[in-house]
Amino acid sequence: MGVEIRVEGLTKSFGRQVIWQDVSLTIPAGEISVLLGPSGTGKSVFLKSLVGLLKPDRGHIWIGDRDLPYLPERDLYETRKLFGVLFQDGALFGSMSLFDNIAFPLREHTKKSESDVKRIVMEKMDMVGLLGSEHKLPGEISGGMRKRAGLARALVLDPEILLVDEPDSGLDPVRTSFLNQVFIDLNAQIGATFLIVTHDINTARTVPDNIGLLYRRHLAMFGPREMLLSSEEPVVRQFLNASKVGPIGMSEEKDESELEAEAKMGLDSGKLPPIPPQQMASDGMLRTGMHAPGAWCAAHGVTPPPGSFIDDLGRNWVEEWPRYVASLTPVGAASAPPPGGMPPSAPPPGGPGGQFPGNPPPGRPGGAGY
Amino acid sequence: MSAPETGIGAGRRGGRKGDGGSATFRKIGDGAANVVVREPGRFFALCLDTGRACFVWPFQWREFIQQAWFIVSVTVVPTMLVAIPFGGVLSLQVGGLIRQLGAQSYTGATAVVAIVREASPLVTSLLVAGAAGSAMCADIGSRKIREEIDAMEVLGINPLHRLVVPRMFACAFVALFLNGLVSVVGLLGGYFFNVMLQGGTPGAYLASFNAIAQLPDLLQAEFKAFVFGITAGLVAAYKGLNAKGGPKGVGDAVNQTVVITFMLLFLENFLISTLYFQFVPSKGM
Repeated sequence: MGVEIRVEGLTKSFGRQVIWQDVSLTIPAGEISVLLGPSGTGKSVFLKSLVGLLKPDRGHIWIGDRDLPYLPERDLYETRKLFGVLFQDGALFGSMSLFDNIAFPLREHTKKSESDVKRIVMEKMDMVGLLGSEHKLPGEISGGMRKRAGLARALVLDPEILLVDEPDSGLDPVRTSFLNQVFIDLNAQIGATFLIVTHDINTARTVPDNIGLLYRRHLAMFGPREMLLSSEEPVVRQFLNASKVGPIGMSEEKDESELEAEAKMGLDSGKLPPIPPQQMASDGMLRTGMHAPGAWCAAHGVTPPPGSFIDDLGRNWVEEWPRYVASLTPVGAASAPPPGGMPPSAPPPGGPGGQFPGNPPPGRPGGAGY
Repeated sequence: MSAPETGIGAGRRGGRKGDGGSATFRKIGDGAANVVVREPGRFFALCLDTGRACFVWPFQWREFIQQAWFIVSVTVVPTMLVAIPFGGVLSLQVGGLIRQLGAQSYTGATAVVAIVREASPLVTSLLVAGAAGSAMCADIGSRKIREEIDAMEVLGINPLHRLVVPRMFACAFVALFLNGLVSVVGLLGGYFFNVMLQGGTPGAYLASFNAIAQLPDLLQAEFKAFVFGITAGLVAAYKGLNAKGGPKGVGDAVNQTVVITFMLLFLENFLISTLYFQFVPSKGM
């Protein structure tokens, strides 16, 4: 089960330049959150602060009952074992093959036998579609492959929190979609807390349970997906619709005359586009962190834009949802984790020759002990 | 884009790589106070942290051996090629002077003073700083730029313990042997030049050598070499771990490593030599 991250009044500056200040948000345990923001608003800096690679000037980051920026070094290294981090470029160790890269955390932090290590590594490599490349060096593969290998390495210790820095940069749209599906399925399987930093609006609209937006050195908004997608707040609206109309200009902020001109032309009064249905976990798995479609809107008396929650097949997911959830229950504990509980840990697929299952079972075989 | 300082370029500051590789930060960081106070302070902080990491179990033997072998491979041949003419030129110069003073039979004695006490630690320092330190800094710096160091920390592994400590000891370990190598090769070169080219006699060379030489001469030279190795390793690690701003940043770091290491090693050489003469009396003849 994931761990909640509570950030209070976080401020970071380099020299005299303030990157962001007074950022407070709670990333709920076991849910997928996305952090958005125009280029250069310090999203990556925020991510690095969350793992303690950068020390904020002020504020607290609570991981459980531990305040990360003020931990002594030994506790910090211990706490970091809860994290899996996927860096922008994968950050693989250039001197090691992909296999050794992915096996590295297992060999460092667990006492698993080499055959166990091999099985787990192969399983993760299969999950990210890299089987057959295990002996290549990071310098010999493409950026997209490096990214996927970095993801596999971040996953081998079954982290409680997964931080992902721009999974879509340098990846083609098809692979981006697959990777998004991997994130959702992973969340269903291991129940980790996800924070994804991205620029990809499609990802931001369909994948997460929560969205946050950094703008002009502040956290403009953080909340459930439906809250932001139905928000009339100009910055949020402009960003989530990738629109030229709104306060964000090419150089961070538009000046007043530009905004007035836009208002005169009536560009800012267009309707919000419909809220797309959220991407589902495959294989009939139900994510415990997933919010029911339309629930937030209903609870807060917000009318979603017309056409919301309707998928390509014309099904309205607000109506479909109870049926969908009910249909999952009989599938049994093998695939659907009980709400609020630990995902079932399937027995390791043992047996002779059964080392590389083509399709890893849900749940985590042989969870790493740390 | 009316005001360039708040434009896209400004937004990139502290953005992607996050630790301030921009021109602005470097400008702030290059002030006199920074050079005099902050940089040395951070360097000593790294030295202390590395010192603490030395006592963390288990020691990375594999990395140590790999690095030692790597340093040997980049230093041995240049060391020998430098040591032979170095020994020769010392014999020529000092031998010529001594002949003018009428003490030609003492040329062997000068070789001890010149080569064993001073020249071999100096040649060692040149190669340790120029070849080993620069290679080490380039390696660590490029890892830093590729975010490998960050990734290592996130995976719960202290890069000081994992990378810096074994490199530092490998450097010191190899420096010990390099110093011995330079002494031997330099003495052979000196002997060859003295006997073959200057018409000295082998007997006089060896006799005067034995008259002046004492074991502490070699020990202090080995001690110097060890200190040089540790220093070169620490400077390379410090500069490498603080490399920023892409490939050019690594180049800058390597450049600074070589310059700073040279300065420190020559200073240390002077200090240790001074102390040596205070504590170890010269042998009478």
